[in-house]
Amino acid sequence: MSTITAEELSATTLLRFATAGSVDDGKSTLVGRLLHDSKSILSDQLEAVERVSASRGQEAPDLALLTDGLRAEREQGITIDVAYRYFATPRRRFILADTPGHVQYTRNMVTGASTAELTVILVDARNGVVEQTRRHAAIAALLRVPHVVLAVNKMDLVEYRETVFAAIAEEFTAYAGELGVPEVTAIPISALAGDNVVDPSANMDWYGGPTFLEHLETVPVSHDLAHCHARLPVQYVIRPQTAEHPDYRGYAGQIAAGTFRVGEPVTVLPSGRTSTISGIDLLGEPVDVAWTTQSVTVLLADDIDISRGDLIVPTKDAPATTQDVEATVCHVADQPLTVGHRVLIKHGTRTVKAIVRDIPSRLTLDDLSLHPHPGQLVANDIGRVKIRTAQPLPVDSYADSRRTGSFILIDPADGTTLTAGMVGESFASPVPVKDESDDDGWDF
Amino acid sequence: MTTTVAEAEEGTASPYALSHLDSLESEAVHIFREVAGEFENPVILFSGGKDSIVMLHLALKAFAPAAIPFTLLHVDTGHNFPEVLEYRDRVVAAHGLRLHVASVQDYIDRGVLKERPDGTRNPLQTLPLTEKIQSEKFDAVFGGGRRDEEKARAKERVFSLRDEFSQWDPRRQRPELWNLYNGRHAPGEHVRVFPLSNWTELDVWQYIAREGIELPEIYFAHEREVFRRGGMWLTAGEWGGAKDGETVEKRLVRYRTVGDMSCTGAVDSDAVTLDDVITEIAASRLTERGATRADDKMSEAAMEDRKREGYF
Repeated sequence: MSTITAEELSATTLLRFATAGSVDDGKSTLVGRLLHDSKSILSDQLEAVERVSASRGQEAPDLALLTDGLRAEREQGITIDVAYRYFATPRRRFILADTPGHVQYTRNMVTGASTAELTVILVDARNGVVEQTRRHAAIAALLRVPHVVLAVNKMDLVEYRETVFAAIAEEFTAYAGELGVPEVTAIPISALAGDNVVDPSANMDWYGGPTFLEHLETVPVSHDLAHCHARLPVQYVIRPQTAEHPDYRGYAGQIAAGTFRVGEPVTVLPSGRTSTISGIDLLGEPVDVAWTTQSVTVLLADDIDISRGDLIVPTKDAPATTQDVEATVCHVADQPLTVGHRVLIKHGTRTVKAIVRDIPSRLTLDDLSLHPHPGQLVANDIGRVKIRTAQPLPVDSYADSRRTGSFILIDPADGTTLTAGMVGESFASPVPVKDESDDDGWDF
Repeated sequence: MTTTVAEAEEGTASPYALSHLDSLESEAVHIFREVAGEFENPVILFSGGKDSIVMLHLALKAFAPAAIPFTLLHVDTGHNFPEVLEYRDRVVAAHGLRLHVASVQDYIDRGVLKERPDGTRNPLQTLPLTEKIQSEKFDAVFGGGRRDEEKARAKERVFSLRDEFSQWDPRRQRPELWNLYNGRHAPGEHVRVFPLSNWTELDVWQYIAREGIELPEIYFAHEREVFRRGGMWLTAGEWGGAKDGETVEKRLVRYRTVGDMSCTGAVDSDAVTLDDVITEIAASRLTERGATRADDKMSEAAMEDRKREGYF
């Protein structure tokens, strides 16, 4: 193992990425290979896997056992839920949302992709782009994951032919482009043989790009903050009321987008009151400027009424507030979402009552066709909804801000998380598909 | 104020990209503040171990310059390292915090719990913990659990709902989307909250080094009388000691985890500074729990089974 020095470790950034799972595409093998070849599996874990594999009569260690953590998963040989894995190289730290490829794949992939900067979509080189691939691309596009990797796996089974890879990469890139996926990196690999996963392949000298791991290590994680709308959802009001800090009144929160500076005029939503930032504390230290995703405490020049749930924004760049939210949603609960359903909506730090006014359409991911007025959405369905909220919410378009353009719906009776929502247009550029119900003009 | 963001972003690395430690710190602080904003009566599980010490440090930063709006709870097995108890009491006093103690020894003395033949009290902690949660009506319970520790923990949510029996049902977990944590719960239920979910052991040590956080001495190499049992170096104490055939010897050791003395093993080490420890951890080929915890070796699903019953 190459030992990582302390200096190298402290200089690294964090990449959160997700794998799009489907059965038999070799995802477990890829994850296992990545962890194994990057020396991220420690010997006691590997020994445990070897022991269990041997006791089952398997000849080689089953690397899927590394990722199936629950008793039921091991007993049934299936993956139930998203698991999070951690590994590091000298260049970067990684959090991998490992999403299973079984029936609940849509909600699991949505869950994994919601926090991911990058999504890996695997295809079997023998089969090329299939329905499942298009589905994964559509979810990555809906969730607006900034980077998409197409890993063309099992290249060993197509004699490592460049033409096979090139055709798949071209077809996928064209499809993803239609969905508005901003960036696709296609990499030919064999997870089983280890080609181009961590080490460059000797079998594909025609490929000049990075290995899978090298790409993960170098893909940019910071964004152009100059064009982001600055947003600070207020989580908690800090008032020490001590002799040392008798008048301290700070508004604590994690910056959801953009940058804030001392001296900047700000507006508090939904009230619309205005003030100026008189100070920013970054976890106890005063700073002049703070940016996404720092957790800060903001002090204002004026004593105005602000509480948890409010949103602090630059006065020159305030979103409109609305009680009518239109969004694309993925339904994640077993009980259906119906028109007339009374729910809670959690947006940023604010939770308010809401009612589902309409479900204009349901999206079929396979061909991106629309089913008009389905009446309800069941688990794993993706559709458009119109929601009326009890109080005005300062929502952004999800295209502009993944944090302030997203929300969850909660069942007020038992607290179940029902639905993941993304405000505004579904895909970055509308796909020319036939809309069976023209009445609402939705643009899937 | 003259530098624009675009200008500042030029150069080799963007100054707006948070380091991984800043990113993890910010996320943990966000989690603490969400709980403070949404729950009535939260408590931090505090053992005096490095993870709970880091949790406390993060909570102090999250609410500075105000005090932490939470109390602490220690589940005292009765077999704790004296150095750790001393540290615990000192920290609690220094920050003017309130400490609840749930005592396994009390339960044994009252005859509610029975000492196990193997002497370990780790599994016995679940009942005092869950009864304390019920009697004090804690609705959010912070734990220092990390997903990198164990494969059942890799499946754990940041906000993990427990029923009125404190049970965890991995099949009925709420999906966690973006950073929109759902803390809704019925009376009698509570939510276990894990702000260090995304931290690894190495992150914890790097953060301790960066922040200059003081730790109990047993985390650093020291000479100690130990004996070998179940592949681990154990220290004799009130809980018991070497049996026939087990010989006590003096070794240079340190602890990677802190727990019940009867089942927490020391590792051979000459790491006396934080930098030494970080170098040692980065090069280690054993996981933290694999190296030092006897209770997780009992079965393939030991952790999952204990968690289902209400263990942290």
